[in-house]
Amino acid sequence: MKPEEIGILIVDDEPSVRDSLYQWFTVDGYRVDTAEDAATALKKLQEKPWDIILLDIKMPGMDGIELQNRIKQIDKNIVTIIITAYATVDTAIQALKDGAFDYVTKPIDPDDLSRLIRNAVEKRRLVTENIQLRQQIEELMLPDEVVGESPAIKKVMEMVNTVAKTDSTVMILGESGTGKELIARAIHSRSSRKYFPIITINCGAYPEGLLESELFGHEKGSFTGAIYRRKGKLEMADKGTLFLDEIGNISEKMQMDLLRVIETKKFTRLGGDKTIDCDFRVISATNKDLEKAVKDESFREDLYYRLNVFSIVLPPLRERRSDIPLIARYFLNKYTQSMNKNVTDFSPRAMEMFTAYDWPGNIREVRNVVERAMVVAKGNQIQAEELSFPFPSLSSPSGGESLDDVEKDQIVKILNKTKGNIAQAADILKISRLTLYNKIEKYHLKR
Amino acid sequence: MSYIYIVPIELEDHSCLEKLESFFFETFHLKTRRREFKINLKEAFDPNRGQYNSSLILRQLIMKPPRDAEKILAVLDVDLFIPILTFVFGEAQLKGIGAVVSTRRLHNRFYGLPEDAEVTTDRLLKESVHELGHTFGLIHCSQPKCVMNSSTYVENIDLKQAELCPLCQKSIKIDRTRTAHKGFRFSWWGKNSRVG
Repeated sequence: MKPEEIGILIVDDEPSVRDSLYQWFTVDGYRVDTAEDAATALKKLQEKPWDIILLDIKMPGMDGIELQNRIKQIDKNIVTIIITAYATVDTAIQALKDGAFDYVTKPIDPDDLSRLIRNAVEKRRLVTENIQLRQQIEELMLPDEVVGESPAIKKVMEMVNTVAKTDSTVMILGESGTGKELIARAIHSRSSRKYFPIITINCGAYPEGLLESELFGHEKGSFTGAIYRRKGKLEMADKGTLFLDEIGNISEKMQMDLLRVIETKKFTRLGGDKTIDCDFRVISATNKDLEKAVKDESFREDLYYRLNVFSIVLPPLRERRSDIPLIARYFLNKYTQSMNKNVTDFSPRAMEMFTAYDWPGNIREVRNVVERAMVVAKGNQIQAEELSFPFPSLSSPSGGESLDDVEKDQIVKILNKTKGNIAQAADILKISRLTLYNKIEKYHLKR
Repeated sequence: MSYIYIVPIELEDHSCLEKLESFFFETFHLKTRRREFKINLKEAFDPNRGQYNSSLILRQLIMKPPRDAEKILAVLDVDLFIPILTFVFGEAQLKGIGAVVSTRRLHNRFYGLPEDAEVTTDRLLKESVHELGHTFGLIHCSQPKCVMNSSTYVENIDLKQAELCPLCQKSIKIDRTRTAHKGFRFSWWGKNSRVG
């Protein structure tokens, strides 16, 4: 920060002190003003922003310590420096406890004053930079927002906003591809832990021993291959959020270990004996029926209730069809930018196919289909022929009664049954594969 | 024609002032005049601190300036202070007429070192140009070698040069129509440097 960008307010009842400090800082290039008492200082604080305030402790009326408290109520980031002619340990401690940046006695050594102001400016710069970076982080978080306007997803987002303010454990339930991790990130980014990391671990992706090492970390030599000490995901999530994906897939021993860690927030690294304290919030997710697993005794009941203080059930995409165009266009815009292609929309027919399809793979499947379509798209609209998902509208019979409608519905039904296998479908329909291809073309069922 | 008035106050050794006169002309394009002013130093003395309040000296200095005075610089050999600081080397009015400098803390002997008259003169020259720079509207410069760089201890003064950096030269407000010696070129830390 350049000196002219810094505002210094001097509050002292002695005119000679005010004048000499005014001159001193003016020739240093700062924006300077003075106030002879607390009331004038508070008035000047409302008129203009100030970065550094030098306060005399002993003033008629409100003293410097009380004024500092009022200043901190107006702007807690203003750097305050207490100046006094009569230094006592008590006032110094009080001033620093109340948030003073420093406490100096009159007269001040010129070099000390210069250094003090340099440090105060540096602190102010760091605070300002910190505020700006936080704003940037918040702006960067926005693109990951959950897309959708259906009542079902609005209800989910209401729950996200409610639970984000608390520190409760959250269990997110939903079919594969419904965006469970996105919801976990949405909770994290709206919580007070947002400036700390969210650490994701896919519990289903690791064999038991490896999952233990991933979570708890290990000391050097704790097992074959542990050639150095490694922090686990629990330590990495300190002050942040730990997202345990596919929690339904963990072993009985791991369930027990995890329960202990969640309850005590203490653990030891594998092969270590030092207890490590950790502060994290747990969000877990599964596509399994954990209640059933608890009944079957394959999942610990106590862990289930510990993880499931608050649960959010994500609806599958087929239950919020009105969101499909929004999601499809969201991915279209995303890939338009990353692939640098001038594709602006879907053709009406392509969008019809999108909304008619059941999307068993949910949002992940939409993303994949849009990505593939973007690769092959030739014009500025994605055409139906450029879509490559297993038979759009297969599960949505037309319901018409004409011969064509009945024929189309039967073909759709059989293709659904054979999961798109042309040879098998043709065999069941007792027609040749070529005829089936022609009919798929005729009824716009082509992939 | 206007002049920079150099006012020695109870100064025993005036030899250092000659160097100031020639250098001021080169730096500010103004001729100098040496005059005694009636300054009552006792008025500025603070018995509790055993020092002299530079602001009070400055006030007396500018009370009745000569008509042809563009700037007035008082040179003393007493320990100066302003109320908030333990000491100052000098004081000046920003964009004003008056400035005060003291040699007291510029002497090596003040720091228990063998006296060196040349070093003292050098320091006095730099501090004088610095304070006069303020009267011409210059604020502290971030260039470490520029004479307008802030000096809070004597070693700082030794590190900088006596000249204004190009930016300060550009910022300085000098009425060039009153300069007696036209065609003068500033030197800047090069071979032509007159001091340092």
